Amino acid sequence: MFVAKSIAADHKDLIHDVSYDFHGRRMATCSSDQSVKVWDKGDDGEWHCTASWKTHSGSVWRVTWAHPEFGQVLASCSFDRTAAVWEEIVGESNDKQRGQSHWIKRTTLVDSRTSVTDVKFAPKHMGLMLTTCSADGVVRIYEAPDVMNLSQWSLQHEISCKLSCSCISWNPSSSRAHPPMIAVGSDDSNVTYSGKVQIYEYNENTRKYAKAETLMTVTDPVHDIAFAPNLGRSFHVLAIATKDVRIFKLIPMRRESANSSGPTKFEVQVMAQFDSHNSQVWRVSWNITSTLLASSGDDGCVRLWKANYMDNWKCTGILRGDGSPVNGSGHAAALSAVGVPAAAQMVVGAASAGRKKAQLMPG
Amino acid sequence: MEEVDVEPSTTLIPSAGFHRKHLGFEWGPGDLLVYETNYKLQGPRSAGSPFVHIVRRDEDICSPILRKLFNESHLIFVGLQKIKEDIPSKNKKSQFVSISKNYRSVIRACMEELQQNVSILLAIELIWNLCEVLFIDTAPAGSLLLHLLDWVRLHKSDVDARAREVLQSDSPAQHQSYWDVVRNTKKKLKSHHMTPLTLELVTFIKHCHYTYCRTQTLTEFEVKWRHWHEECDRCLQENTFASNRHLETICKILVGDEDTLLEQKELLSTWYHFLVTRLLFTHPTIKPPDLHYYAQSSMNMFLGPRASPEPLDIILLSAFEFDLHQVIKDCSIALNNWWFVAHLTDLLDHCKLLQSHNLHFGSNLREFLVLEYASGLFTHHSLWQLAVDYFDHCPEFGRVYLELQIERVPLDTERKAIKVLRICEDRQMSEQVRSICKIMAKRALRNNRLGSALSWSIRAKDAAFATLISERFLQDYSNKGSFTDLDLLDNLGPAMLLSDRLTFLGKYREFHRLYGEKRFSEAARLLLSLMTAKIAPRSLWMTLLTDALPLLEQKEVIFSVDQTYELMSCLEDCFSSVFQDEDIESTKTELLRLALARNLTMAIVKEGTIET
Repeated sequence: MFVAKSIAADHKDLIHDVSYDFHGRRMATCSSDQSVKVWDKGDDGEWHCTASWKTHSGSVWRVTWAHPEFGQVLASCSFDRTAAVWEEIVGESNDKQRGQSHWIKRTTLVDSRTSVTDVKFAPKHMGLMLTTCSADGVVRIYEAPDVMNLSQWSLQHEISCKLSCSCISWNPSSSRAHPPMIAVGSDDSNVTYSGKVQIYEYNENTRKYAKAETLMTVTDPVHDIAFAPNLGRSFHVLAIATKDVRIFKLIPMRRESANSSGPTKFEVQVMAQFDSHNSQVWRVSWNITSTLLASSGDDGCVRLWKANYMDNWKCTGILRGDGSPVNGSGHAAALSAVGVPAAAQMVVGAASAGRKKAQLMPG
Repeated sequence: MEEVDVEPSTTLIPSAGFHRKHLGFEWGPGDLLVYETNYKLQGPRSAGSPFVHIVRRDEDICSPILRKLFNESHLIFVGLQKIKEDIPSKNKKSQFVSISKNYRSVIRACMEELQQNVSILLAIELIWNLCEVLFIDTAPAGSLLLHLLDWVRLHKSDVDARAREVLQSDSPAQHQSYWDVVRNTKKKLKSHHMTPLTLELVTFIKHCHYTYCRTQTLTEFEVKWRHWHEECDRCLQENTFASNRHLETICKILVGDEDTLLEQKELLSTWYHFLVTRLLFTHPTIKPPDLHYYAQSSMNMFLGPRASPEPLDIILLSAFEFDLHQVIKDCSIALNNWWFVAHLTDLLDHCKLLQSHNLHFGSNLREFLVLEYASGLFTHHSLWQLAVDYFDHCPEFGRVYLELQIERVPLDTERKAIKVLRICEDRQMSEQVRSICKIMAKRALRNNRLGSALSWSIRAKDAAFATLISERFLQDYSNKGSFTDLDLLDNLGPAMLLSDRLTFLGKYREFHRLYGEKRFSEAARLLLSLMTAKIAPRSLWMTLLTDALPLLEQKEVIFSVDQTYELMSCLEDCFSSVFQDEDIESTKTELLRLALARNLTMAIVKEGTIET
């Protein structure tokens, strides 16, 4: 692998999250400087910052895009105990010429009493639904009943997890074979409640979310979880970032009686476990086809994991900082061509260290 | 062969890891975004400007030459899938061989165009050719070596040609092929005193070319060869050529003396060349199962104790050992791009070779590799279309992979969106169709292109959105007094029925059209039905009744008595339930009442008159 490009993000403080939109043409970054920036990829393949604005009164932890079916919509969550929904409005023509767009706040969700640690949109087949989780141990599910009016959101569900929550993940599957499912991870160091991953399922009859499973074997603080894209399998795959990287297989078990009303029971298996980071793992994320899992750990590395056709998992790549200090002009080989507008703030990085050459040479 | 566990490579991210402990990341289409961060959410505030780095895999998918490789091999792949199952296997074999040769010629064509970095393609073609020789174009008994000779010869000249270009060597002697050696020795022999033996030597060397084997049966050849070989051996034992070093060397070569052959290392240049040469002089009728022993020992002898085999060597060795599985595995590890293993495995699978090697996961392996290759193509802005065919021919997961990835193709233009849609529609991927249309509709609506938004909504079969857009149309009409996108509205056809509001919009426009064409009675009937059939929303009844005014004020009677009564009742309905703001509308209402009354009178008279 190699670094194809480096973009000077120009945040005045740490970046906490970066999120691609659905088509990979836009990007949002959020930071401890309390702002969110939106970047657009031009036809020339270069990234331009088209919006930058203050979103919260505290560090912004996460930013995420809604599905483009709902328009250009972002959600952010922050240390200031709120989450917010933003919509891009089509601006005046001179805005377009300057390459700028405007985002306005549609709503602020203020129900949390503590820092909001994660914000995620539910799968689109459920409508426009936003989920937050907080250090106060509550997962909140909001819905915008009228997708044309994003200022109206109603709190549909409050799930009390009893433990401080750090991350949530929706099962992306839209199959009718199983109801909506959400996994919640906790970084609470409480030892009484030892299972740090809980899985909740929606019940059509009670119209409420009920706990389906707690992963009791995960006893250390959990920092991130991610359901894998489903690929038509009958079972679910869940990756967890805790003291190591763990991948679980959740196999729904057949219901005993035809009309049993409780949540699905699962058989839980460990598909893989990687401790190569040798330290806390903070993030896990699947690629689109769930063929690759990436994890980031305390060792300062990002590792990529892949399963071969025999379902044997292996690390296929490592990314690590080169330990050099940030130097404005030092590391880039060439600036982009003349004619890039000043607002673009881009530095084109050279194809740099770590390019893996093919090792085949004729004998 | 043991599992070779390759250490994962490390890529360094510049300007990271000095202050901050952690690397954040985000998956993108074909790349990974990486940035410095600190998950512990504490620590010193940084004043520096943080970077977001875009990290890509080393795939040369962007090279235009390789694009040609991908495009042409795509055609070959699709052709291969279409070969029918019921053709007799003999015909199939020749078809498979020809397909294999097609793939190889595509590789060679790319090598011609690429000036540098051909080494990978060279290696790929070398391996593919060997696999073709050993597995696909399986030789009849005893002639395996002939095919291997061809293989070595072809690639020796390849290497020589490349080496010559790259090294620009000025000594032609360095690039003499093994045949040149033979030719040289022939010359030397001729210049010496011709003993009967040397004459035989010359004859044999002359006939040493591969053609002669085909004129005799295997046993005949074996007998002849064995006799000759013994003769050579005897000469050496009796030191017949002790006086002449050259002749002795030649004799030793012909006997297949390994040490002597190894002395010619420079001319042989590769261990597999050495292998084939050695076999030519010791076991010309070698059979496939015996090949691997000689391969392993040849490699060891040639490379010597200190040199370790390269990945290419290991792959070739696995091929000589007929361990297909290992060949594929090692190629997957050594190469950056899945192109080679995917296409080769697919071909081998069609030849039913994966199964015959007792792999339980034969077709799964093929599908796995093809999916990997196609998924890689999908991230490219134009090659993604090739990937669709590959997914189509993966029976287990192809469809779901396609569904997942085609949704992500950026819909930059209407044309591209329609291209993507066609692919989904052809495969009855209705959810993807709906989603793409909805995205386009929403985008159009944001940019106030109502006509476009409406047609996308109709294509998405999204009734709710169609209703919304229809309302916008009607709003526009009441603000501006005219319709936009007349072409679209006039040609809605049965799509009109998607939503009530849309139906009304279409019919209302039709009313205006009829009026414009002076087809008044039809227009009148339509207008009335819009209210009585409850197609029109109550809120618009006043507008409709106002539209009726010009019809009522025509010289001739258009509305019949019954129709007039209905209109009157509609007006009363309207008046009582809808309006609070009577002042504004009262004039209009009075006007209408008057016009209706007058019309009623005239209609009664008209209908009461008997035509004589």
